[in-house]
Amino acid sequence: MSRLAVQLPGLSMKNPIMPASGCFGFGKEYAKFYDLSTLGAIAIKAATLEPRYGNPTPRVAETSAGMLNAIGLQNPGVEKIIDEELPWLETYDVPIIANVAGSEMEDYIEVAEKISKANNVHALELNISCPNVKKGGIAFGTIPDVAAELTKEVKAVSSVPVYVKLSPNVADIVAMAKAVEAAGADGLSMVNTLLGMRIDLKTKKPILANQAGGLSGPAIKPVAIRMIHQVSQEVSIPIIGMGGIQSAEDVIEFFLAGASAVAVGTANFVDPYVCPTIIEELPQWLDELNVDHISELTGGSWRS
Amino acid sequence: MKDHLTIVHNETIAKDIYEIVLEGELVSNMTEPGQFVHIKVADGIDPLLRRPISICNVDHQKNQLTIVFRADGRGTRLLSQRREGELIDTLGPLGSGFPIAATESGQVAILVGGGIGVPPLYYLSKQLTARGVKVIHVLGFASSADVFYEEEFARLGETYIATVDGSQGTKGFVTDVVAERELDFDTLYACGPNPMLKALEANYKDVHGYLSLEERMGCGIGACFACVCHLQDDPTGTSYKKICSDGPVFPIGEVIL
Repeated sequence: MSRLAVQLPGLSMKNPIMPASGCFGFGKEYAKFYDLSTLGAIAIKAATLEPRYGNPTPRVAETSAGMLNAIGLQNPGVEKIIDEELPWLETYDVPIIANVAGSEMEDYIEVAEKISKANNVHALELNISCPNVKKGGIAFGTIPDVAAELTKEVKAVSSVPVYVKLSPNVADIVAMAKAVEAAGADGLSMVNTLLGMRIDLKTKKPILANQAGGLSGPAIKPVAIRMIHQVSQEVSIPIIGMGGIQSAEDVIEFFLAGASAVAVGTANFVDPYVCPTIIEELPQWLDELNVDHISELTGGSWRS
Repeated sequence: MKDHLTIVHNETIAKDIYEIVLEGELVSNMTEPGQFVHIKVADGIDPLLRRPISICNVDHQKNQLTIVFRADGRGTRLLSQRREGELIDTLGPLGSGFPIAATESGQVAILVGGGIGVPPLYYLSKQLTARGVKVIHVLGFASSADVFYEEEFARLGETYIATVDGSQGTKGFVTDVVAERELDFDTLYACGPNPMLKALEANYKDVHGYLSLEERMGCGIGACFACVCHLQDDPTGTSYKKICSDGPVFPIGEVIL
């Protein structure tokens, strides 16, 4: 078996690298750069019940070693994604993780039920942590009981395993993780973006039209590493790690913190080839660290 | 689509305006005026994002491309400090540019630029004149210290300058020049700040023309949905275009400015 292949609930991955939801559209743009089948999986852009047209522009602002975004879950709605985006992605040999978002619990349930039946959707990622939508999003991701209830409801209707994407904008990430694990989550994705803001010196106003947005990129990596390190010791479900990954070294660090696979987000914007580059470079790091298989590194920072 | 291009020339040509010539194989793909390159201004993670910069000129014989930009923020200032011989991580060409076939040989095209919107019009003008199109340039700047490429444009066709403070050319905006001179044309091509584009659109609603837009971008290739704009003719308010990949050039009247 390949040294990079990993098995997670629902996901048989050639390697542990996937582009993160929201940073890769539905893959079409990146298919112009490389063969999407080289990826371990693809987490597609969030699906909501009805189409969403997102927030006003400007929607992005650069920060030190990071970026803020307030896209606002723009997507064509679950029906169109099932009819138009997923069949196209079926031409590639890569499992798809469908990111599910909503305003009300009922929206999440309906979207999850529908999209989990698509042929190439092998797992759901429950987006309870988007900071850029007024209703839903973060509210579901900051109250453990609400997150647990939602997880339970979605699990009941989903035909595939359910990963819950946790928000770092909470006081106790372990409590959130334990709550959704107890509610039946098959895995965790962590972390989503940190809520942040930038102000333009000339206009004296926030740069983003939405005022605040989600901070991503290398700037948030230490926060993600800390949270995965904490949570992975307290739960027994696997973690897809994310937050500022740019290189094979970063991937190794996330594994050592406790991740079993990783998602690359903002780095795709900086270098469209970043995912295949990381996949190519990982074996050298395994040699360097003298491990046969990448899974041996999971939790290496705290396992005795 | 991505390569490291070598800086062969870097010069200040007006106040805070830099002209950089880059050389490399990637240039052979750059044929459409109005497209842009997405540049990593410095190695490392800060600044993190690339900067979209329009293509000002292309020399296929030498495999060289010229960019002209204003050193305005931290990223473009860093780019302006890069030296000859250094390599620049460049992605491109990106976006859809100005359709030169929209103007027939013998027809007149007016090219209207404002500030840092002027550079992409140069490669456009070269391609139009090569087709036998008569070009008129109307270029607007803040003051005479900001004016660049006046001679280069003048070599290709009639060129009028407007400055806000009146220190060179017509005092006022590009629209003042067009009105004052009663310029007649078949096609309008424009690139510049939104208020300028809005004014042109208001004046020439039914004119055959194309506008190049600017917006803060994330990926530059259409994946991140940062730079979307809405369509004018859209009763449901649900359609949109991505400036980076559907644009940056749109026909007059297509998108909401």
